[in-house]
Amino acid sequence: MDVVLASLEPLIRALREGGHTVVGPTVRDGVIRFAELSSAADLPAGWRDEQEPGRYRLHASSGPAEVFGFAASPDSVKRYTHPPRSSLFRWIEDTAVETPVEAPRLALLGVRACDLAAIAVQDRVFLGGRHPDEAYRARREALFLIAVTCSTPGGTCFCASMGSGPRATTGFDVALTELADGFLAEPGTARGRDLLAALPHRPATEDDREAAERIESTAAARMGRRVDLDGIRERLVEQRESPLWDEIASRCLMCASCTMVCPTCFCVTTEDADDERFERWDSCFTLGFTELGGEPVRSSGGARYRQWLTHKFSTWVDQFGTYGCVGCGRCVTWCPAGIDLTEELRAVTEEAGTRDVTTQGTEASATVSTALERLR
Amino acid sequence: MIPVPYRVRSRRPDRADTVTLTLDPVEGAAPPFLPGQFTMLYAPGVGEIPISISGHARAGGYVQTVRAVGAVSRALCRTRRGEIIGVRGPFGTHWDLGLAHGLDVVVAAGGLGLAPLRPVVRHLAAHGSRFGRITLLVGSRTPSTVIYPRELARWARDFDVLVTVDHPDRAWRGPTGLITKLVGRAVFDPARTYAFVCGPEIMMRATASLLADRGVRPGRIALSLERNMKCGIGRCGHCQLGPLFTCADGPVVTYDMAAPLLEVRQL
Repeated sequence: MDVVLASLEPLIRALREGGHTVVGPTVRDGVIRFAELSSAADLPAGWRDEQEPGRYRLHASSGPAEVFGFAASPDSVKRYTHPPRSSLFRWIEDTAVETPVEAPRLALLGVRACDLAAIAVQDRVFLGGRHPDEAYRARREALFLIAVTCSTPGGTCFCASMGSGPRATTGFDVALTELADGFLAEPGTARGRDLLAALPHRPATEDDREAAERIESTAAARMGRRVDLDGIRERLVEQRESPLWDEIASRCLMCASCTMVCPTCFCVTTEDADDERFERWDSCFTLGFTELGGEPVRSSGGARYRQWLTHKFSTWVDQFGTYGCVGCGRCVTWCPAGIDLTEELRAVTEEAGTRDVTTQGTEASATVSTALERLR
Repeated sequence: MIPVPYRVRSRRPDRADTVTLTLDPVEGAAPPFLPGQFTMLYAPGVGEIPISISGHARAGGYVQTVRAVGAVSRALCRTRRGEIIGVRGPFGTHWDLGLAHGLDVVVAAGGLGLAPLRPVVRHLAAHGSRFGRITLLVGSRTPSTVIYPRELARWARDFDVLVTVDHPDRAWRGPTGLITKLVGRAVFDPARTYAFVCGPEIMMRATASLLADRGVRPGRIALSLERNMKCGIGRCGHCQLGPLFTCADGPVVTYDMAAPLLEVRQL
């Protein structure tokens, strides 16, 4: 079943010939971004990322030119299944003319286990209820998913804590693990198996499988962050009135960056431009999000941060039966103030009332000024 | 998320800033609604807001009362007879009148909160024998902001109707002050009472807490919550109140479920 591919070129070619637009990681604007691939040469071979709270750097590696030697990029699959802005309908001559859904046949190459977990979370959100989102379904079903095992987790990664990575176990058509001399490729679906069978390959050996397992366990042990989920749902609810929410908010810029890069955040608002109605990503960090009769319900930043964190780790479970976090670390990396969700979770749930808020404030201003320096 | 065209069959200005619209589908029949449910009303090119349903139109559509407070509600209030607007729904949970059978009933409405309760009161007026003693309490800012004044007078023939206003004018002869004052004047057996409460959140909290203090079971006090909503179907995320999506798990919830959530500041 599993095989070893010497190169990804035939895989990309076969997918393109089969009518897919192949999308994968590329180097753009100093970061890894998803973009269309015309050949394997477009992949970021030899690039390594460095991720810490409020920090992302891309370096050319001096070591072996690994193709997937980096962690999660600011783009996630959400961009394709739940686009940032989409047209719903136009109101023409007293009737709504539904906008046809664009659901291009995309083959996503290099999807991480955390992002596959995020797709599973979003499937429950968009398809699990009484009003399934048919546009999401169409885009979702048009995807061909090629996963890749994370060999080098970032400093903000914690998928191992969330049980979502570093190696994909489900939800893919094909899963790759990058070995020293090629890619171990396992099919996850019948069409994945058919694709692999048609590509030049050699059968996988026990050595290949062991090498892949070593890569997985090494990566799992190298997570930059961790969270302790034990009792977290209840403790977050108990801490609703904690003074720490306002303390965190004093460092938070309310910029909504975390919710934009989050692969599971699903909130939207609507936008009317003449006769056309759009849906676009929204964030619980904005004031207008809870506006009622001209006044926001969550007028304080603390209430808005509490909503976000409590939703991810507590009320999401009530609503959808899973956590709303997959441990990809994007919200930590892309927070301009360097707020570390794993650290705040610990503070709120474990050390509530005991932490020295004054010291924390000083550290916080240091983080903000570092962040501002970087922006200059 | 695609609205269905409905024609404004009639438009009745209730008060200075409040209009009651009767809406019928341009084609086909309107889906049935249960008292307490709402629709998303779309003012073409302006936007869409949740509005509770206040009754059946004779041709099967909906009667809905809108107060002009924002861009969309102002546009809806401005629509003229014959114009077409968009409707989605009905959505949400409902007032369960069956649970009140055989019990005394207290209906407490603050301001526009009488609009979603109108189908409840009409049902009580039509089927009074199924219930014990019925009391309708209404609170309003001023005498001129009381909605459905003619119906209130008619209902007062069937059961106790008490109206209080915050700011009386010279002609006002009724009670003044908060609706909570009326709760003390209402006659009901707390152990055998079901309450339907709708109005501003602070009014609902005060009224429900008072009813509970008098001995009404929190599980027998139903409230209708209001939150910002963009979709009405549990998808936009705006209306969350703790674990609840107000649009789908609400708007009607019981006080035992809502109390711990409403107690939390800015939840």
